[in-house]
Amino acid sequence: MAGRVEGKIAFVTGGGSGMGREHALLLAEHGATLIVSDVNEAGGRETVSMINGKGGQGLFIKFDVAKEAEWKAAVDQAMTSFGRVDILVNNAGILIMKTTQDTSSEELDRMLDINVKGVFYGCKHILPAMQKAGGGSIVNISSIAGIIGMAGAAAYQAAKGAVRILTKSVAVEYAPFNIRANSIHPGVIRTPMTQDFLVNEKTEKAFLGTTILKRPAEPREVSYPVLFLASSESSYITGAEIVVDGGYTTM
Amino acid sequence: MAGRVEGKIAFITGGGSGMGREHARLMAEEGASVIVSDVNEEGGRETVSMINGKGGQGLFINFDVASEAAWQAAVNQAVSTFGRVDILVNNAGIFMMKMMADTTEADLDRMLNINVKGVFYGCKHILPAMQKAGGGSIINISSIYGVIGAPAASAYQASKGAVRILTKSVAVEYAPFNIRANSIHPGVIRTPMTKDLMATADSEKAILASTILRRAAEPREVAYPVLFLASSESSYITGAEIMVDGGYTTV
Repeated sequence: MAGRVEGKIAFVTGGGSGMGREHALLLAEHGATLIVSDVNEAGGRETVSMINGKGGQGLFIKFDVAKEAEWKAAVDQAMTSFGRVDILVNNAGILIMKTTQDTSSEELDRMLDINVKGVFYGCKHILPAMQKAGGGSIVNISSIAGIIGMAGAAAYQAAKGAVRILTKSVAVEYAPFNIRANSIHPGVIRTPMTQDFLVNEKTEKAFLGTTILKRPAEPREVSYPVLFLASSESSYITGAEIVVDGGYTTM
Repeated sequence: MAGRVEGKIAFITGGGSGMGREHARLMAEEGASVIVSDVNEEGGRETVSMINGKGGQGLFINFDVASEAAWQAAVNQAVSTFGRVDILVNNAGIFMMKMMADTTEADLDRMLNINVKGVFYGCKHILPAMQKAGGGSIINISSIYGVIGAPAASAYQASKGAVRILTKSVAVEYAPFNIRANSIHPGVIRTPMTKDLMATADSEKAILASTILRRAAEPREVAYPVLFLASSESSYITGAEIMVDGGYTTV
């Protein structure tokens, strides 16, 4: 049985750990060739080893998504290696837990540079490659923090809100080129980014907030929705938001 | 390779034509035993023949989803045949194009009886079977008309809005029992229900005006999202809304 993204070329940012690694592994298991990027070289190379060790094909590119010139070079390298890109998962991102008044201009810049510009540049530079390939699917990882209010995450919320709507802009602009763009909004997922909030039962309970499933998700529970949006099974879904939050935002 | 819902028991209402038939067929292709219901006996039996003809296992039950007693009997029959129910797709529904002022009490009753009570009773009577089975997944087919406004569809809009929020109520109430509930919101899909709206190129263009993909979907493009929500691949998704509308609501 052919994989669900058999023969596709997929670019996953932040693939060196947590959710990004799992997205890369699952896409590879389903037949895609992977470009894995991260600023964390050891983690990124390890992900590619895991892919190659299972008979898949992976390429690691170390670069900073906040830098447009590096994005351009990375896409050029991907094109040189594989000839096209069909799937982009803009997963790289950071979290800063600070209230509005405690957020310095440096923190806000860093947040917007990585979480917003990183996604914007990724779309901007992959889109011409997708147009040449005759279409593609972009999956941007936003957050439930891009939809509802939370205390002490002002810069992160601004960034994830930007990703949520920027995705719709790409969907509308590039629909004529057979390129779809959707956002995923994870709730509480067990990753290196959230491990400090899940250290013990008490912090976990507080961090889970109104999650009606009363547990954090494993990264793979977000990877399947990513795979679904990346594949042609979601051919009529574009500009949409898939909330993967165990019901956090349901009540 | 095992199917994505291998060994599951799935109950699909309105399975005698259009989207419901496609949901039933795809579910069966992926390994589920399928109970198909419809008031259209010929269509329902044909769907089951298609399933059985491909080596699947199907059972047709002719009943009116608007009748609570009929629902109860149907669930009893399903449970006595298969022992349990793991997946419910509340797909049966009617459409009515009328301005509010032209909608009679009889029109409104018929709409609410089928589109709202039909879904409510379906959840109500399947839930105990799912609790006994240790969990399950409910997929309610709402519509983009349960999310945004449209002209001359007020009774339909009221019914689909009810389905949208009723689904969240089920998700919250039954999360402790490992039962997930989500709604799907199709846009313009090519089915018997919509064929009059797409009778000419002009009318099709008018109804697709804000669909950014500029085409109607085939039923299978909704069946895949249904399969995704039915399967364990969406284990962290509950109380959510999946728009399958080619970007209709994006602009």
